[in-house]
This record gives sequence, structure tokens and C-alpha cells, in this order.
Amino acid sequence: MANKEALVLLLDVGPSMHSVIPVIEKLCSMLVQKKLIYNRHDKVGVVLFGTKETYNELTLELGGYRHVVVLKNLKDVDGDMVEALQKLPRGTKDGDFLDAIVVGMDMLIKMYPKANKVKKRLCLITNAQCPIKASIEGTKEEQVTTIAKQMSVHGTRMESIIVRGKLCRKKANKTTASENHRLLNIFSKETSTRIVYVGNPVSLFGALKTQNKTPHTVFRGDLELSSKMKIKVWVYKKTIEELPNLKKCYESPDIVVPSDQRVRGYHYGPQLVPMSKVALDAVKFKPEKGVKLLGFTNSSNVLRHYYMKDVNIFIPEPENTNAMLALSALARAMKEMNKVAILRCVWRRGQTKVVIGVLTPNISDKENIPDSFYFNVLPFAEDVREFQFPSFSKLPAALQPNQQQLEAAANLVEMLDLAPCGKEKALLPDFTPNPVLERFYRCLELKSKNPGAAVPPIDETLKKITEPDSNLVLKNKSVIDSFRRCFEPNENPRHKKLRRLLLEKSSSSEEDCNRDITPLPSNLIEVKVDSVCNPTPPQVFEAMSGSRNTQDSVVKAIKDRRNKIFELIDESNDGDNYPEALQCLTALQEKCIVDQESEQFNDFLRRLWNFDRNLQNFRGYLASRDSP
Amino acid sequence: MDFEHESDDPFRDDEDDPDAHLSLEKESTKEYVVYLVDASPKMFTSTCPASADDQKEESHFHIALSCISQSLKNQIINRSYDELAICFFNTREKRNLQELSGVFVFNVPERDYLDRPTARLIKEFDRIEESFAKDIGSQHGIVPGTRENSLYNAIWVAQALLRKGSAKTVDKRVLLFTNEDDPFGCIKGAIKSDMKRMTLQRAKDAQDLGISIELLPLSHPSDPFNVSQLYAELIGLEEDELADFMPSAGNKLEDMKDQLRKRMFKKRIVKKLKFIIVDGISIELNSYALIRPTVPGAITWLDSVTNQPLKSERTFICADTGALVEESTKRFHPYKNQNIVFSTKELSEIKRFSTGHLHLLGFKPLSCLKDYYNLKPSTFLYPSDEAMDGSICIFIALHRSMIQLKRFAVAFYGGSSRPQLVALIAQDEVIQSGGQIEPPGMHMIYLPYSDDIRLVEERHSEKVGMVTRASNDQIKKAADVIKRIDLKDFSICQFANPGLQRHYAVLQALALEEDEIPEIKDETLPDEEGLARPGVVKALEEFKTSVYGENYDEECEANAKPSEASKKRKAQAEVATKECENYDWSELADTGKLKDLTVVELKYYLTAHNLPVSGKKEALVSRILTHMKK
Repeated sequence: MANKEALVLLLDVGPSMHSVIPVIEKLCSMLVQKKLIYNRHDKVGVVLFGTKETYNELTLELGGYRHVVVLKNLKDVDGDMVEALQKLPRGTKDGDFLDAIVVGMDMLIKMYPKANKVKKRLCLITNAQCPIKASIEGTKEEQVTTIAKQMSVHGTRMESIIVRGKLCRKKANKTTASENHRLLNIFSKETSTRIVYVGNPVSLFGALKTQNKTPHTVFRGDLELSSKMKIKVWVYKKTIEELPNLKKCYESPDIVVPSDQRVRGYHYGPQLVPMSKVALDAVKFKPEKGVKLLGFTNSSNVLRHYYMKDVNIFIPEPENTNAMLALSALARAMKEMNKVAILRCVWRRGQTKVVIGVLTPNISDKENIPDSFYFNVLPFAEDVREFQFPSFSKLPAALQPNQQQLEAAANLVEMLDLAPCGKEKALLPDFTPNPVLERFYRCLELKSKNPGAAVPPIDETLKKITEPDSNLVLKNKSVIDSFRRCFEPNENPRHKKLRRLLLEKSSSSEEDCNRDITPLPSNLIEVKVDSVCNPTPPQVFEAMSGSRNTQDSVVKAIKDRRNKIFELIDESNDGDNYPEALQCLTALQEKCIVDQESEQFNDFLRRLWNFDRNLQNFRGYLASRDSP
Repeated sequence: MDFEHESDDPFRDDEDDPDAHLSLEKESTKEYVVYLVDASPKMFTSTCPASADDQKEESHFHIALSCISQSLKNQIINRSYDELAICFFNTREKRNLQELSGVFVFNVPERDYLDRPTARLIKEFDRIEESFAKDIGSQHGIVPGTRENSLYNAIWVAQALLRKGSAKTVDKRVLLFTNEDDPFGCIKGAIKSDMKRMTLQRAKDAQDLGISIELLPLSHPSDPFNVSQLYAELIGLEEDELADFMPSAGNKLEDMKDQLRKRMFKKRIVKKLKFIIVDGISIELNSYALIRPTVPGAITWLDSVTNQPLKSERTFICADTGALVEESTKRFHPYKNQNIVFSTKELSEIKRFSTGHLHLLGFKPLSCLKDYYNLKPSTFLYPSDEAMDGSICIFIALHRSMIQLKRFAVAFYGGSSRPQLVALIAQDEVIQSGGQIEPPGMHMIYLPYSDDIRLVEERHSEKVGMVTRASNDQIKKAADVIKRIDLKDFSICQFANPGLQRHYAVLQALALEEDEIPEIKDETLPDEEGLARPGVVKALEEFKTSVYGENYDEECEANAKPSEASKKRKAQAEVATKECENYDWSELADTGKLKDLTVVELKYYLTAHNLPVSGKKEALVSRILTHMKK
């Protein structure tokens, strides 16, 4: 089968790599796990370098190639390999990545002497800090070029993942690093090699493409600028959500009525309109297959949030220089003029859907990759819901941030920077693995050994995706602190808790009550009041509770207030007294705490609940009231 | 129609589209609408141009009716659980529960005054103009000398119709169509102010009961509608809203329909989110689905003979014993030659990260947000002070800074179905001719993971060989083409989905028993006329010559290199045709021996006759028999 892949992992386990080996273990074992699920007949081999020991065929045949160990020979993936990759040995020597590459190549060629039988792939993970040995014949460059040419002849692809930055403990020797960089670039020039530099564990985790389904074209044919001017393109999916495909246990849908005796029914109001497939086929919309240009427009006319689906990519038909040139000219002109193209697409023959989308240029910065376009689906008129929202400028002044707050926010936006100039950008989607998938595959492996195994916790490395980076937070402590100072704690606990209290039918104990309610500072006017008859009860309440001459008067005051609240609710017509009653209730609650009479308040609440029909509405009112 | 249907894959996101759960929450999000249409003689005599290029004038009454008809046809498809009543005022006849004069409630049999729309209602409403003068009649309801007040009556009737249902679970609205800005103009003195006061009180009473009254004024360019005469007060318009209320060109039919459509949509909060900005500071956001693909609606399977709905039932049979078991919620995934079983609880545990919160991780310049970072429609976020004071203030501060500094926020969204990284883009409010085109707030873009991104370009790099880039001259020629074919006022709302419109048209024609399916114009086709303009043709021609060379022949290119796959297919077909001749198919079919052949042999026939080769053996046999007409 042409789709089969033979992959040799070349892993640097030398001393300078020890800190990242745990991540490499996870990464490689997940790769093999996915192969176990999706490509069970792929072969994988594992070569370690930087080990104390030496074990490979080339040493036996030719000598040399020291400190390179073939951990697993090329074979069909199996559970044993997953386990071996989960506990890689730590090496003690500086590894020579070129030796490892040659050993890996040798394995592939011996297994598959003829080109094109399978896809051959090497995957090198190293920090490239150790110099490679000088060769006997010619310079290092010549040596690398020879090997690269050989790789190209045998149709072998290589992926190099170079660990650097904070992940390397010791400071790299500059000359070695730049020499290695130059040498690796020879590979990328001579063969189809992808070099990736990663500076943090998360992106190391995401650097290796573990998915390996051969992508299918969505469309092959003409991009029609007009009926006369056409460009040959291939369209692929650029992004597509990767999900495990779980099946339901024991399910057998019980079909009594066979499918040819069923007919689709669509609702039209309360009525069901039957539409047979034959009738539907006869009248349904049948657009002609094709990708047609509607026109160009300013990129500002298509906002980013209109993009509807996963993304396609338009590449020129392979080996078609004309198409490559035409796309390149268009892409570059559009980029310069800040334009996008609007297309109408019917990807397949017989498809009943038309897609309107936007083409944005993707200018390639790599020598061996032609310019291309990204394609995003846009919504139709039916898909857009035009809801109206209040303008921020029209909101009351109390809700507007002041100058100081604006500055604090601007500082935060500026300083909490995930894409610092000249440094590696954090959380690039291209290098951020899906923590859910990682956890799922880990769980799968655990369960394969023990069906009752519990779901493992989130991987520590990947937690960095879900929470702010503590280093970044620490670095910007002053900015964050001033932001926090400017926007005082914002939850209104008193109000929220009161609501909860009422909703829970005030079953909470006295202690709860005391803890939940923030006491009000006692700055109330001392007035002698005997009974509540004032038209503005809340103030009277407050005044009353100020006069705590005797314990008796407090109890009496509370009683009076209770009666007043009942009265208010009872006399309320369509809820017009409710706001007042709520105010009274809140005031009473505060007073009860100040006066250490929580018991009384709770008691009252309980009674309030059991009050008559009108209260039903009052309760609803309380629940719906959110701001005081 | 081959619109995809939501799979019930546990890893798929299904929580965020409110319409997906419409059947569940239809109780709480229902809407009752009373269309209140002025039928006074002025509605019939005043006209306005139907559309810009059409000189024909249409009466205001006709415009109002076609708007309502259009919205009924949309409503019956999109939100058929919502209920409505259609009510005319200033009529000669009266029909309403209160026996009030000058008000006529339109209805059809098998339907309450306020009820769900039915096919019959739509059908008869479409024909109402023919019989209006005879059955209902137009007549001024407010005339000097009497104390009759048809506007007052109309609001009263509408309010009574909307008595049903609690204001908490149902959104109640009155949509009022009129072209009379001063209904009490003909009355003088104290009686006038008295009637005005009563009418306003009536409207206020209705509003106090949770009914919103919305005005759709019709006017003529020479006779603008003055909202401040009466209606500003009646519908409770604030001073500063007055200027924005009347759209500049609110007299055209299209605008009117548009306006109605906008007002028919009700905002639904999808979710309330807690957005943790820094340790100790979080705000509350409401999320809304502003853009979601519209699909033709759920299918109910019917028996093809009786047209009765079929009941779908699932039986779970134990794989080992064959016994019926309780519904199983377990799922499995094959791995290492065994099926690993997961319970629903375990699956949701795997997906649980930080329950439902949005956690700010940092900011990046907008240029970092690549065009291929997209998976599904975005979600709109707007702050709310409901549970946390200060949410709006903090949101506005961040919003403004992000726009000024051209940055977006990266956050982790711990949703229960697919926890993922999101980009938050601040969007400034955009207002065009009085209407809000883009609301202020943030759009949440769901970002892909590395697992979701494919390296397509790099896969093909080896096959390409030498890569050539366009020269400056070629780029210049391309730029000329771009300048020529420019869509200046492109807006995403300009195209209706032709597939969907066709489906609705078919459905409507079947339901209303119309003979003809109305032709749907496919608005998505390129403007052939525009492309044929000499300037455009010339620019394209020059571009073509510049990139393809002088003597480029398309046919030649197309035929020059048949692809590997097509070569293979051709070869296979040849082999099959040859092999096919070795069998006497007719004989085999007659004697029922087709089933004794192998699948490979059956496929010879199918391939040779250009038939699909998919399916089980029985399917292949029956396909062959069908093809041989046996």
C-alpha cells in the first residue's frame, strides 16, 4: 500500500537533553498510540543517540557510529513500543545527530530497498548543541550534502525538531550551534525537510504532527476569474477538528419500517409536509460544479468574525508552472492592495449547496513552497442575526472607566504580551497540542492495561495552556497589581447572598447568616421612634435601629418592621410596593446583624416564605432583582 | 438536501447553538406578536415607489401587508412555535372579543385569534386585499363629533389578545403599522387632549403588563412621518433616540421588510460566562450567537403510505447474550485489538478543565491572528453587571485599549464539550444610516490546536520542483484585474442561500398547495454582464498573456497530462469490460445465479457499465438487476 509509512525516530538522549526527555516520551508514545489506532500497519523504529552504549548494524559492518543505539528495529507498531517510549533511557555522552541520521537511513533502505514502496520518514529531536564529528573525506558540509542527496534519491522526508531557548539547561556553544544550524539547513534545501525550533515544553509537545491521515482534495479544477481566464488549483482542508471517533455500545436501532417505505416530513407551522426523496431530487437546487470569482473587495469589508467554518487552502496544481505564476501574481497584488477575493464554490458534482467565501493571500516565505490562498466560508443573509446592543458611549457615566482605569487597562493589554518582539511567540496554535486529546489517549492506554483505571489528571506541561503563565504574571506583577487596584473587587456579596438566602427558603443557620452578610458601619442617626408610620420606611428603619436603648426596644423595632414589610407586600398592587419592601427587608437584615438578632431575622424570613399568594410574586420579584 | 446533520459524537460541540435546543426551551423563549395595521383611507391613497429602479407606486397598505406576509412565511419556517394575531383598525366592520368598533381581527378556521401561524392563514392573508373592501372595509375611526377612538380600541384589543401566557416566559409585542403621525389631527380643543391622554394611558397600561409596542411608520418623501406628534410618547422614545428612529430612507418596501426582519429577531443569551482577567478580578459576560448556519429544520420520518409520523425507538441488545438491556450510555474505542469502554461520566471527566470559565492568558497583536485559525462560527460577548458590579466598566476599559493598541486577547475557554483556546477580538460599534451594523463588544474566535492544522503546502513542496514567483510586471497586471473587478459595497448579508431558499419555496408550495414552485433567483452567480465589459475583458486578457504566455491553449493543457488516478481508472475500466464479456449476465440473472458470483466478478459488470461499485453484495446484485431491467 502506498499510504503506509515507515518512520524512524531519532532521539537525542544526551545529558543536555535530560530535562526535556519526559516531554519527548509523552510526545513519541502518543505518536505511536495514534498509529495504533489509525495506521496499524505503519512501521516505526527508534534510534537513540548520546547513549553510553553502542548498538547498531553499521557499527558491526563498518565500525564507527558510536553512542548510537537502535532501541527498536523497524516493525509494526504495538503496545510494547508505546511502553518502551514511555521510559526512555538517559544517555551520558554527547550525541552526533548526523550519525543517527545515517543509521536511520540505513534501516529504512535495508527494509525497503526500492523507492516509492512506502513513505519513508525520519524524525529527529535534538537540541543540536553537540558538534558532529569531522569527516575524513571532505568538509562537514560536503558530507551532509552527500547524505541529503541520498535521502532525496530514496524519497525520504525528514522532520527536525530543534529544542532551544529556556529548554536547554547549559548555554550552547555559539559556533557549534550556528554550524549545526547551517548543516541542518542543507537538509532542508536538498530534501523536503521541515525544521522546527521550539523553546518551551508546550510547543515541543505540539511540534510533531502526530496525525497522519492522507489529506484528500476538496476540489481539483479551475478557479474561474471569468469564463476565459481560469487557473488550475487544488483545494485541501487546512484546518479540521481532530476528534476521536467513539462508537456506542450494544446499539441496534430497531427499524421496523424499511427505509424505502419512509418519507421525510418537514414542519410548516403545525403541519407536517411530506417530501419524498424522488420529488425532492426533482425540484431541489442543483448548482453546477465550479469555483467562480465574484469580485475583489477591500479586506476591511470582511471582518474576521464572519469566518464560519474550518479553513481550506488553494494551492496551484502541482507541476503546473502557469498556475503557480498566476496564483502568485494574484496573491501578491492582493496583498499589496489590501484586497480579498469573494468566491462562489460548488466543490462537487451533484452537491446541493453553494458556498460563498473569502480568499485571502498566503505569501510563502520558503523557497520551495509556492504562494497560495486561504479560503474561509462566509455567512449567507439567513445566517446573520442582527441583534442590537447598547452603545458603550450611551451607557451611564457611572459605568464608564475613568482615565486612571483606562491607563491600567492599556498597560495590561500592552504588557501581558504573548508575542514579544524577536522572541518565540507563546501559544501559537500551530504548536499547541490539544490537551483533551492528550488526556484521552493517555486514558486509553491506561484502560487497555486496566479497564477500571481512573481518568488521569491533566498533564502538567499542558496545564500551561489552560492557565496564565506564572512567569509572565510574575514579570508583570506591578502592572497586574495596579490593574487590580484600579478596579476594586467587584462582586456584590451582600446582595447576592441575600438573594440566595431567600431562595434557599432561609434554611441557613445563624452562623451562616452572620458570615454571609457584611455588617454595615454604625453611622446612623439616633432618633426615638415608637412605631413605624412614616411614608419612607427604610430611613425610619435605620433610625429606629439606632435607638437601641434597651433590649426590648430592639425587639419591638424588629417586630414593627416585620409588620410593615408584611403590610407592604400584602397591600401591594401588581408589585408596586415590592421595591420598597425589598429595601425594608435589606435594611432589616443589616440591622439584625448589627444588633446580633440574626435569629429574629431568619425566623422572619421563614415566616415570610409561608405567607400568602401575593408573596409568590414577591419571591419572583426578589429573584429577578439583580442590582440594588 | 444534504445539509449535514449534527452527529452525536461526544467530542463534538453542541452546546452553543440555541436553536439546536429550541424544542427544549420553546416554552421559555416564545414570542407573541400582534400586528396592528392601520386600515384608514389614507393608507390606501398614500403611495411610495416600490423600488429604486421601478416607477410603479404601491400603497402603504399594500406595503404593510406584504411585509407581514413575508415575515409570516419566514416565521412559519424558523419559529413556528411563536404565536401571532393580525388586527386591522379604522375598519368599517368590527370583529373582536370586546365588540369594540373600528377594530377587526383577521383569522382563519381551526385557529385562535392569537395562535401559531398555519398554511391556511398565510394563504388567505395573501389574498386579503382582493376582498378587503367587501369584508372588512376602510373607514376613519376618529372623526369629530363622536368620541370613538379606534387607536385606543386597537391597543385595547391587542392587549386583550396578549393576555395569555406569563410575561416572564413569553415575549409580548405589538407591531403597529401606520402612516398617520397625528391621528387626532381632526379633533379640536379639550376633547382632543382628552382622547390623546386616554390613548397614551392605554398604551402605558399595556407596557406595564410587559407588552412592548413598536412602531413601523410609513411615509412619503414629500410628507415625512413626524414621530414627536404622538408616537414618541406612545412607544416611550427617549429624547436622544428620536433622531435615530426614522431611518433616512424608511419609505421603501425593501427597507421596511428589512426593518421588520431586524425587529423580529429576539436576542437570546446563549450562556453566561465568568471571565477571569487576573487573579482576583473577574467579570460577567453574556454570550450570543450572532452568526450561525441556518439549516432547513428537523426531519420527521413519515410512513410513505399513511404519511403518519414514525416513532423512533432504540433497543439495546447485549452483545454477549443477545438479551435486551437498559439503555447504555457507554461508548467504546478500539485499541490494541480490544474495545476500550468509556462511560459518559469518564468522557466528561476527560473533557473537564476549568468549568465553563474564560481565563485570560495574554494579548497578541492582531497580525498574529492568521486567516487559517478558524474552526467554527464565532460567538459574541457583551458584558453584564447583573451578578458582578463593575463588569461593564472593566470590559469597556479593556475593549478600548485593545482597539487602540490593535491587539487581541488569548484566553482559555473551559467549555464542557470542547475546552479550547480562543481569540477575543474587540469590535467597535459601526452605525450606518441610523442602524447598528456591528454592535460593540468582543467576538470569540475558536482557535485550532496543532492537531487540527494540516501542513498541506509542505506536503507538496517536493513535487513542485522549482518554485517560481510572479514578476513585478505580472503582479501589476493582476492588480489591474483587481481594480477592474471591484465589489465596492460588499457586505456579507447580501446573498441569500439559494439552496435554502429553494427548499423553503418547495416546502411552501407543497404546504399551500400552490401549483408552481416560485423561481428562486440565485444571487450568488457572478455578474456575467459586468465581466463582459471591454475594460474587464482587456485587463483579464493582458493578465492571462502575462502569466500564461502568448500561445497558451487551455484544451491542450487539460488533455496533456491525465492524472495518475484517471489513467488507473481508465485501465481498470478496460480490464472490467474485457472480463465482463466472459459472462452471460442475462442468463445468470434469469437463473438467479448472480449471487453465486464473487463480489469482484460482480464489479466487472458494474465498472463496465459505469455504475457505482459501493455497497454490500446484495446491493450490487440488485443494482445489476435494476440496470438489466429485470
